Amino acid sequence: MQQGKYRFVTGFLIVPVMLYAVFMIWPYVQTFGYSFTNWQGQSQEMSFVGLDNYTALFSDDVFLKALWHNILLLVFLPIATILLALFFAFMVNVGGRGGSGGIRGVRGSGIYKILFFVPHVLSIAILAVLWRAIYRGDVAGLINGVFIKLGLSDPAHPIEWLNDPDLVLWCVAFVLLWWGVGFYLVLFSAAMQSVPREIYEAALLDGASRVQSFFKVTLPLLWDTVQTAWVYLAILAMDCFALISVMTPGNSFGGGPDHNSEVMATYLMRNFLSFGKSGYACAMGVVIMLLTLFLSLVTLRVSRRERIEY
Amino acid sequence: MGSTSAHNNEGLGRRDLIKRSAALGLIAVPTMSFLSACASSSSGKDEEKSKGKVTKDNPFGVAKGGTLDVVIFKGGFGDQYAIEWEKLYKAKWGPQISHLGTQEITGKLQPRFNAGNPPDVIDNSGAQQIKLDVLHKNGQLADLTELLEAPSYDDPNKKVKDVLIPGTADKGFIGGKMHALQYVYTVWGVWYSGKLFKDKGWEVPKTWDAFLTIMKEAKADGIGGLAHQGKHPYYVNVMIMDLIAKTGGLDAMKAIDNLDPKAFVGSDAAKQSIEAMYEIVEKGLLMPGTNALDHIESQTAWNKGKAVFIPSGSWLENEQLKQTPEGFDMKFLPMPLLPGSKLPFEAIRAGAGEPFVVPEKAKNKTGGLEFLRMMVSKEWSTKFAQEANSLTIVQDGVDKSVTLRPGTTSAVAAVDACPVEQRFDYFYTTWYSEMDETIRTASAELMAKRIPPNEWLKRAQAAVDKAAKDPASKNNKRP
Repeated sequence: MQQGKYRFVTGFLIVPVMLYAVFMIWPYVQTFGYSFTNWQGQSQEMSFVGLDNYTALFSDDVFLKALWHNILLLVFLPIATILLALFFAFMVNVGGRGGSGGIRGVRGSGIYKILFFVPHVLSIAILAVLWRAIYRGDVAGLINGVFIKLGLSDPAHPIEWLNDPDLVLWCVAFVLLWWGVGFYLVLFSAAMQSVPREIYEAALLDGASRVQSFFKVTLPLLWDTVQTAWVYLAILAMDCFALISVMTPGNSFGGGPDHNSEVMATYLMRNFLSFGKSGYACAMGVVIMLLTLFLSLVTLRVSRRERIEY
Repeated sequence: MGSTSAHNNEGLGRRDLIKRSAALGLIAVPTMSFLSACASSSSGKDEEKSKGKVTKDNPFGVAKGGTLDVVIFKGGFGDQYAIEWEKLYKAKWGPQISHLGTQEITGKLQPRFNAGNPPDVIDNSGAQQIKLDVLHKNGQLADLTELLEAPSYDDPNKKVKDVLIPGTADKGFIGGKMHALQYVYTVWGVWYSGKLFKDKGWEVPKTWDAFLTIMKEAKADGIGGLAHQGKHPYYVNVMIMDLIAKTGGLDAMKAIDNLDPKAFVGSDAAKQSIEAMYEIVEKGLLMPGTNALDHIESQTAWNKGKAVFIPSGSWLENEQLKQTPEGFDMKFLPMPLLPGSKLPFEAIRAGAGEPFVVPEKAKNKTGGLEFLRMMVSKEWSTKFAQEANSLTIVQDGVDKSVTLRPGTTSAVAAVDACPVEQRFDYFYTTWYSEMDETIRTASAELMAKRIPPNEWLKRAQAAVDKAAKDPASKNNKRP
């Protein structure tokens, strides 16, 4: 049984690995190559410029601003999403009053699960359009309409949510949060379902409150899943391209007003396509890739714990 | 469910890591050129196409048969007009025509340009167009000088350049030579509802003061003065730039196109114009919230009577067909004048847009050139007007039997009222994409009251100075 095991596994993996190599790794390697040239994106004429693109990159104010925005998202997004998703997952799975039926979620938890997951079913482009209508900057916007009805803002000066340098990034971040929570709620629910009921029952019998059973039982047993979620969300925070480019002002790929919602991905695309600085854009791509790799490694390493068997 | 245990001593020691990365660096640099060389496969040269006989009716020597590959931007004008054209082309030359109508010009064509097998004719337009200055720098655009010099399709005794509206061919000049046929004749300005004007008893405002007075009266009635497409600062920027051209005359405009060190900072016309625009913002005459709206949202609000004026080009009517209420009576207004303006009220930005190009590496370059030559015939130009409700750069190129809508009619009247030498058009938008983008961003900030006029001038000048540093800018000069 043990003898042919590796050959057997390799046999199954060879096709996906080949695909991955051709469609993921090879383009990365090419990007790396292009990042040392002054390629302009529309022909194969280019010359080798060494590290010029990289040195230019780190004295480019807009890029540094974009990098800073990604870092802000990176700090805020995973923490907020995971905490909310964990809380909701706990409530819909084991947060209910333990009656004679034992451990269960709050009343109506089945509906909640569906409701929370709905945003994830819609395509991100639809979400962007939907939220643009919600944040719309005149009286016809949903939030502004409500605010004006409640007398919280003045119809002559409605809040221009997506055109306000201090608000725009957080408006987009909120959409990502709203979109992400449902998915991770379902993910964590699945993980919670696999935790044996007896453990919760024992905790209940010992008189643990909801808060205690969450921190002493649920979180430690879900740690692996949380770790995975963290890595995914960190990668998401490094990207954000679709929402920013559709929702925010600016001519090519958004990022406005005045670069106040610029992220590395939008700035990369603008350089690659609109300005014909494709080599420079490839250098950005390499930086984004290295940062993402570094983040994933750090996340996995820092959050490593002893595994609990059950 | 599983993570590795915390105790594995595999992996690299620190010393190994340093050694290896140094080695990697040594290998990496020489291989770079190799890698980027094979990053895309470039196809070999195609065999020379058989040439037809060069005659007066066939100035480029098109051979019968063969193939013609056409890619059309399928936006506001649709692509039915091109399908009609292709039928006519096929009837004459008989090639196999492949037609693609798409919005994704970049996505579809960038790989083909890189691989060296682009189509023969491209309508390179829309939000995802490939910037002309970038294509030109990459040597991808055929020189269209021979097209301009060729005998025209309708009358072989006239050259192509003589059947176009004067000055329109210039919009396709990049690096001193013609590389794009900007085909659609567009006028830009401010638009209003004739019905609203009638109801309120307003006169057409010819001066800036009269313009502001109407907006103030509107504000008192709870209507916004000026709406603009805030999410896309392109539109309000057109207003600003037109005001500069009208105030300072054609020299003020050419100073900007020619990247003059005093194009903005140190130009009285620019200072006066941007301060006038800022006045609209300061006096609260913008439609509330307009800075955050996109073009459809703001134009629709304007159609609903929430604002008096809105800037746009002559495609506005076509774009807003469904949203325009009955009896709205769309009307065109040239930019009103500031005191001491060098150009008269009638002067308008009018010029060519919608660039059609023939790629340098096209398989059937002669066919592409011939297609462009047929485009500037009366028959093809009329087809375009019928299908796309727009004028072309062909002089008297639209058959009088084609009926136009009220907005287009009023735009045509404005063109007729303005002598050719007073029609102006900026070229920096085609020549310097990045500068254009920077100035637009500054305009958006000004309209949102976040930067004062002086700061706008500084930013615009900085964008000009940056563009002037590029050696390629030396080849672009306005006569």
